[in-house]
Amino acid sequence: MDYQLDFTPVIDGLPDLLLGCLGTFLLAICGMLLAIVIGIGGVILRTSPYKAARWAMIGFVEVIRNTPFLVQIFFLYFALPLAGLRLDPTPTAIIALGINGGAYAIEIIRGGVQSISKGQMEAGLALGLHKAQVFRFIILKPALRAIFPSLTSQFVLLTLTSSVASAISAYELTAVSQRIESDSFRSFEVYFTVTAFYLVISWLMMRLFAFFSARYFAYPVK
Amino acid sequence: MTNPSATQADAMITLTHVEKWYGAFKALHDVTMSVHQGEKIVLCGPSGSGKSTLIRCINSLEPHQKGEIRVDGIVLGPNAKAIDAIRREVGMVFQQFNLFPHLTVLENCMLAPMRALGLAKSEAESRARALLERVKIAEQAAKYPAQLSGGQQQRVAIARALCMQPKVMLFDEPTSALDPEMVKEVLDTMIGLAEDGMTMICVTHEMGFARQVADRVIFMADGAIVEQAPPAEFFSNPAHERTRKFLGEILNH
Amino acid sequence: MGTDEFVFLLTGLKWTVILSAIAFVCGCLGGLAVALARTSGIKLLERATAAYIGVFQGTPLLMQLFVVYYGLALVGFKIDAWVAVATGLTLHASAYLGEIWRGSIEAVPRGQTEAAKALSLKYVSRMRDVILPQALRVSLPATIGFLVQLIKGTSLASIVGFTELTRAGNMISNQIFQPLTVFGIVGLMYFLLCCPLTIFGAHLERRFAASAR
Repeated sequence: MDYQLDFTPVIDGLPDLLLGCLGTFLLAICGMLLAIVIGIGGVILRTSPYKAARWAMIGFVEVIRNTPFLVQIFFLYFALPLAGLRLDPTPTAIIALGINGGAYAIEIIRGGVQSISKGQMEAGLALGLHKAQVFRFIILKPALRAIFPSLTSQFVLLTLTSSVASAISAYELTAVSQRIESDSFRSFEVYFTVTAFYLVISWLMMRLFAFFSARYFAYPVK
Repeated sequence: MTNPSATQADAMITLTHVEKWYGAFKALHDVTMSVHQGEKIVLCGPSGSGKSTLIRCINSLEPHQKGEIRVDGIVLGPNAKAIDAIRREVGMVFQQFNLFPHLTVLENCMLAPMRALGLAKSEAESRARALLERVKIAEQAAKYPAQLSGGQQQRVAIARALCMQPKVMLFDEPTSALDPEMVKEVLDTMIGLAEDGMTMICVTHEMGFARQVADRVIFMADGAIVEQAPPAEFFSNPAHERTRKFLGEILNH
Repeated sequence: MGTDEFVFLLTGLKWTVILSAIAFVCGCLGGLAVALARTSGIKLLERATAAYIGVFQGTPLLMQLFVVYYGLALVGFKIDAWVAVATGLTLHASAYLGEIWRGSIEAVPRGQTEAAKALSLKYVSRMRDVILPQALRVSLPATIGFLVQLIKGTSLASIVGFTELTRAGNMISNQIFQPLTVFGIVGLMYFLLCCPLTIFGAHLERRFAASAR
C-alpha cells in the first residue's frame, strides 16, 4: 500500500468539526421537540371521532414512512419558498426532521396509549376522576414508559438521519466534514473520524435517554 | 313490579326497568331492583348473565339505554355532573385489581381524594394510612403494586376505594383472579366491611360468603333477574329450575 | 416534464430496485452469519458482532457509504460507485438484520433448545430444523420493515454519485426547473415501491399477534 494516512487536516479542522457536532445536536434536539409536538397532535387527530382527520393522519404517516428522507427534504426545500416561507437551510432541515420524526412518533405514541389496559382507565373513572385527570395521572406515565425504548431508538435514528441535511447544506457535522474533505482531499481520514464522532454522539444520546428513563420510570412491573 | 314509595324513600340504589344493549345484543332485560342503606347484596349467575354489566351500569362505566338508575337520590343520566357525583359516592373493586403500577400503595390511595375531592396532601395521607391499617397492610405502604401478592393487591384496591368514603361499595368478582390461598384474606376484609354497616353489592361465586354476610341473594340469567331471596331461603329452597341447576353446578364441583 | 425525462426517472427506479435487491440478498446472508455469531455462546464472536452491530446502528448510513467508498479506493480496489455502494449497503443491512434475528432467536423459548438437545440434535440441525424456522417466522414483519428502510436508504447512494432514482430526479430537476413536480413523482415512485411492503408487513404482524393469543 503506497498510500500514507494523514490526519493533519482533520486535526486542523477539529474546532470546525466540534462546532459541526453542536450543529448536529441542535438539529436533532429541535427536530425531536417538533416531532413530539406533531406526534401528540397527530395522535389526537388519529384517534378523533372525525373520519376525515383520521384518514388525513393515516395518509400523512404512510407517505412519510414510505419515502426517503432525502426526497422529503428536497421537496420541502423547494416547496417552503413557494408557500411564502423563505428559510435558511438549517431551519428547513429542522422542519423536515420534525415532520419525519413526527410521523413515526404518531405510531409509537398511539401504540403506547393502546398498551394501557382498559381496566386502568375504568379504575380511575370509578374513583371519580375526570377523563383528563385519568389521562394525566394514570395513563401518561405508564404509556410513556411503555414507548420509551422505541422512542429512544427512533430519536437516535433521527439524530443519524440529520446527516442527510447536508444535502441542502444545513449547518451540521456532515456538511462541515464535506467542506474539510473537499479542501484537503483526505476523504477517508475525514469521514473515518467523523463516523467516530457520530458514534459518540449517538452513544451520548442513548445515555441521556437511559438516565432520564431510570429517573422517571423507576417503578417495578411484573 | 311496582315500587312502593316507602321503600323508595330509604333506598340507597334503585333501578327501574333498566335495559342495555351492546349493538344488537341485549345485555340487560328490564331490570328493576332496590338496595337499602346498609344492605348487603350478593349477585350471582352463570357467566354472561349480565351481573357484571349491571353493577358497571350503576357507576356508569357502561351507559344504559333505557330505564332509570338512582343512587342516593341522584338520577344517573347523560349529564357529566351526575356521573361525577355518583362515582364519588360509589366505590368499586375490580376482578383484576387495576392498581396503578407507577404509584406506590400509599399514592394509589391518595390520588383520588386529592384530585377528585381536593383534599390536602396531609389529610389524604392520614386517611390513606388509616384505611391501609384497616385492611391490615399498612406496612406495605411504600411498595409498588407489582411487589405485592394478589391478595395484598386486592386489599389495597379495597382501601383505595374506601379512601373516597363511599356510601356504597361494588365488588366485581373480587376473588376470581386470586390463587385459592389468598381468597380468605380478601373475603375477611369484605366481611369486616359488612359488619361495619357498609352498603355492598358483590358479584361473586363465593357462596360461603353469601351465606354469612348477604341480606339478599339475587340470581341473574340472560340479562334478567330470575329470583331473589334471603340466603337461607335461596340456598335451601330455590324457586326456579335455572337457580337449582346453577346451585347444583357450583356447590358440588 | 416530457416522456424522455420520465423514462430517465424509470431507469433510475430500475437501479434503485436492483441496488435494493442486491443489498437485501447479501445482507440476509451476512445478517444470518451475524445473528448466529451473536448467539453462538463463544464470547469473542459475540463481542465482535455486538461491536459490529453497535457501530453500524450508531452511525449515519451516509457516513458508512463514504467510509466504504473511500476506504475501498484506499486499499487499492479500483471499483465503480455502484459496487462501493452495494458493499456499504450490504454491511449496513447485515448489522440491522443480524440484530433483528438475534432478538427473535433469543425469543424462541429455552425449552425448544432443550428438547432438541434431549433428542440428540447437533447444533446445525438444532438451528436449521428447530430454532431458525420459528425465529425467522416471528421476525418476518420486522425484516420487511427493514427492507423498506433499506430501499429508502439506497437514495443516499445519490450523494456518493451513483445514478439511482433520487439522483435521476436531481438531474432532471436541474434540467427542467420543476423541482416540486420532479420530486413529487420521485416520492410517488418510492411510495409505490414501499407501501405494498409496509402493508404486507403490517398484515403479517396482525396475523401473528392474532395467532399468539
